[in-house]
Amino acid sequence: MALQVVTANRLGDGRVVFLADGYRWVEEIGLAHVGDTDEAAKALLAIAEKAAADRIVVAPYLIGVSAEDDRILPTRYREVLRALGPSSHPEFGRPPSATAAVHR
Amino acid sequence: MYRYDNYDQTLVDERVQQFREQVQRRVAGELSEDEFKPLRLMNGLYLQLHAYMLRIAVPYGTLSTVQLRKLAEIARRYDKGYGHFTTRQNLQFNWIRLEDTPDILAALASVEMHAIQTSGNCIRNVTADHFAGVAGDEIEDPRIYCEIIRQWSTFHPEFSFLPRKFKIAVTGAPQDRAAVKVHDIGLRMHRNEAGEIGFEVLVGGGQGRTPVIAKTIRPFLPKRHLLSYLEAILRIYNQLGRRDNLYKSRIKILVDSVGIDRFTQLVEEEWQQIRDGYLDLPVAEIERIRGFFAPPPYRTLDAPVPEYEGALRRDVRFARWVRTNVTPHKRPGYAIVTLSLKPTGGIPGDATDAQMDAIADLADRYGFGEVRVSHEQNLVLPDVAQADLYELWKLLETLELATPNVGLAGDIIACPGLDYCALANARSIPVAQQISKHFSDLTKLLDIGELKIKISGCINACGHHHVGHIGILGVDKHGSEFYQITLGGSADENASIGEIVGPSFGATEVVDAVETIIDTYLHVRADGERFLDTYRRIGLKPFKEKLYAAH
Amino acid sequence: MPLIRATGLVDDPWLFVQDEEPLPEAGAVIVTLARWQANRDQLAARPTPLGLRLKSDQPPSLIAGDIERFDIIALEFPKFTNGRAYSSARLLRERYGFRGELRAVGNVLRDQLAFMRRCGFDSYEIPPQVDAAAWLSSLGGISVVYQPATDERASALTLRHGAPEGQGRGDARAHSRDPVAPTRSTTTRVG
Repeated sequence: MALQVVTANRLGDGRVVFLADGYRWVEEIGLAHVGDTDEAAKALLAIAEKAAADRIVVAPYLIGVSAEDDRILPTRYREVLRALGPSSHPEFGRPPSATAAVHR
Repeated sequence: MYRYDNYDQTLVDERVQQFREQVQRRVAGELSEDEFKPLRLMNGLYLQLHAYMLRIAVPYGTLSTVQLRKLAEIARRYDKGYGHFTTRQNLQFNWIRLEDTPDILAALASVEMHAIQTSGNCIRNVTADHFAGVAGDEIEDPRIYCEIIRQWSTFHPEFSFLPRKFKIAVTGAPQDRAAVKVHDIGLRMHRNEAGEIGFEVLVGGGQGRTPVIAKTIRPFLPKRHLLSYLEAILRIYNQLGRRDNLYKSRIKILVDSVGIDRFTQLVEEEWQQIRDGYLDLPVAEIERIRGFFAPPPYRTLDAPVPEYEGALRRDVRFARWVRTNVTPHKRPGYAIVTLSLKPTGGIPGDATDAQMDAIADLADRYGFGEVRVSHEQNLVLPDVAQADLYELWKLLETLELATPNVGLAGDIIACPGLDYCALANARSIPVAQQISKHFSDLTKLLDIGELKIKISGCINACGHHHVGHIGILGVDKHGSEFYQITLGGSADENASIGEIVGPSFGATEVVDAVETIIDTYLHVRADGERFLDTYRRIGLKPFKEKLYAAH
Repeated sequence: MPLIRATGLVDDPWLFVQDEEPLPEAGAVIVTLARWQANRDQLAARPTPLGLRLKSDQPPSLIAGDIERFDIIALEFPKFTNGRAYSSARLLRERYGFRGELRAVGNVLRDQLAFMRRCGFDSYEIPPQVDAAAWLSSLGGISVVYQPATDERASALTLRHGAPEGQGRGDARAHSRDPVAPTRSTTTRVG
């Protein structure tokens, strides 16, 4: 089962955000709305593209995630760095709790 | 250094206003991201992994202390309290907000700085020797011509939408500290037989996917023809450079595909049409700009300097620092000091706002208010009296700017890599940190001698790995970070592109691989041979054998 | 497509005839290079004004000998990132002495107008539904220019030191030909 979330950068400040419920954009990947089917993922992306057109975010796209141990973690390392911050400056990133999945 | 007149200041001020309006139009939806992107790139604003990154131009790597303090202020106010000096002598801030950028640009304009054309398919920062004006072997200060080229290339209406980015470097000394041979256009100042100073013009050098050493298009170009000749080269490139493939768009591809002879012919034909006309460089402008690079009010000092000589004898650690981080100055009694931004285990090229402020103070106290940025990601205090060196060194130590590793294996050049850069395939900073920690023994570092290790996180080669004595290129293999090693690159007047040593190494194997390479060198080097010399003598094979012996 | 000049939004008296369309017997038409090369004599014999449209990979040298035949040359920007036409424009004006209307067509962006003007363009096809007045306000660009180009503007270089030797006032552009005359108005030719 391929799980996906939508990620983008916020237009105003460039920060990494994830699409959560209710058309919200959040910085913690754990709060992201996880699409568990292709259709669900496509629907999320459509919402995100509207947000891009509305100048909230820039260039949204889907990323694969895993949801084990109540944590949402991207499968690609590049996306882990985006979600948690640069490994070279842990003080500028987000704590591991950012990956804690929030059950709806 | 160059000071803006009314024209220069008006240009940057209006550009700030123009960009402010462009941001407003973007936020209001009149500009799509596709339309806005080239505009923000022409102001050096990238969207990277975590935030916007702003690349600020430091023309030919020269900063006044006023400017450096303003950069510190911007780091504090608009970023996370630090900046990163790059391999093109610029400064990058990694955590910028789009909405702050117009104010940041206004702050920069107030100290005669900008971020114009530090990105985009246009002519970028014109770089130079970081020892310009003070090096003993210098023929003429290249920064005079860098400034002239900077102005000519700024908002050049014909060359703002080139096939790809365009990088120019100028050296004014026979020892090339500006890496001109790996630039799109390299200019090497020298004297002809009549004793006149002019430029050897080289074209088509570059790194990236297809590293190439530049070729000579004109052995001697008189100064007055500088701009018309550059215009001819750019015009041929603008017309004929490929636009169908991002990876085949640099001028080096064009030069290679038509051949240097044909390329030279095309340029010369165009140049014949435009030479001796309105692009002739007036002597008056050369002299006007030369005036800004006049020597500062040096005191007449005797060398040797007793206090300095005494300290060298007394303090072994001071002597070690002098040996690596201090370079002879052309004026007796003065010295050039390189501030190492490569503390053991640190992030190469990074400086905090506190360090920037402190360096500005030191440049005022122990110099003439000027700081240089080198393309090897260190800073330079160009005019320190030898009598002041000991005091200065003690202060630099407290600031962690005195690691005695300049030019040694600990003086690593690394791009920001996957930790920051949207283009990267692998991280480069942790590799640099690991190598730095592994080779932290200063005695060992000195024994190894001159060794330039350069790390890039992707094929774009912003870490200049192709011209590292040891080059390391991060690649993505099946979703994991691997590192390909090259050997024998060099960016100086005997430029060479490194050769790939073999299959890439995993993240946990790289440091051992580098150690094996260095050990191989240590075992076979002849007396006084640097790593590069040994490599050029014995070739790739001995290193390859040792590295892959287990397989 | 709306058309602007330095004076403002203007009507377009020209008809661009695609290669596959039949040519009207008379009237001001713009044709492609391919059509010009295939029907040169027939086109040259037309009693009404003639224009040419060049693609970005068609250098002006191809029509150097025929410059006088065209009252307008339109240069294509297939994508705004493709800047070949800036060079073509400058060559048409400065090398080949083209005095007719030089029009920028294709993917033209508001923030490029000032560059285009400096390269010798004098009319610009802009997307429909944009604010033409706003676009026009960008035509002047920044008030200081560092380098001489095709336009009349004195560069900072000149302002600091006066014109280079052998030139007239300001930055004359065509040193091997007569200075560029003001753009000939097409309204006298087009009914």
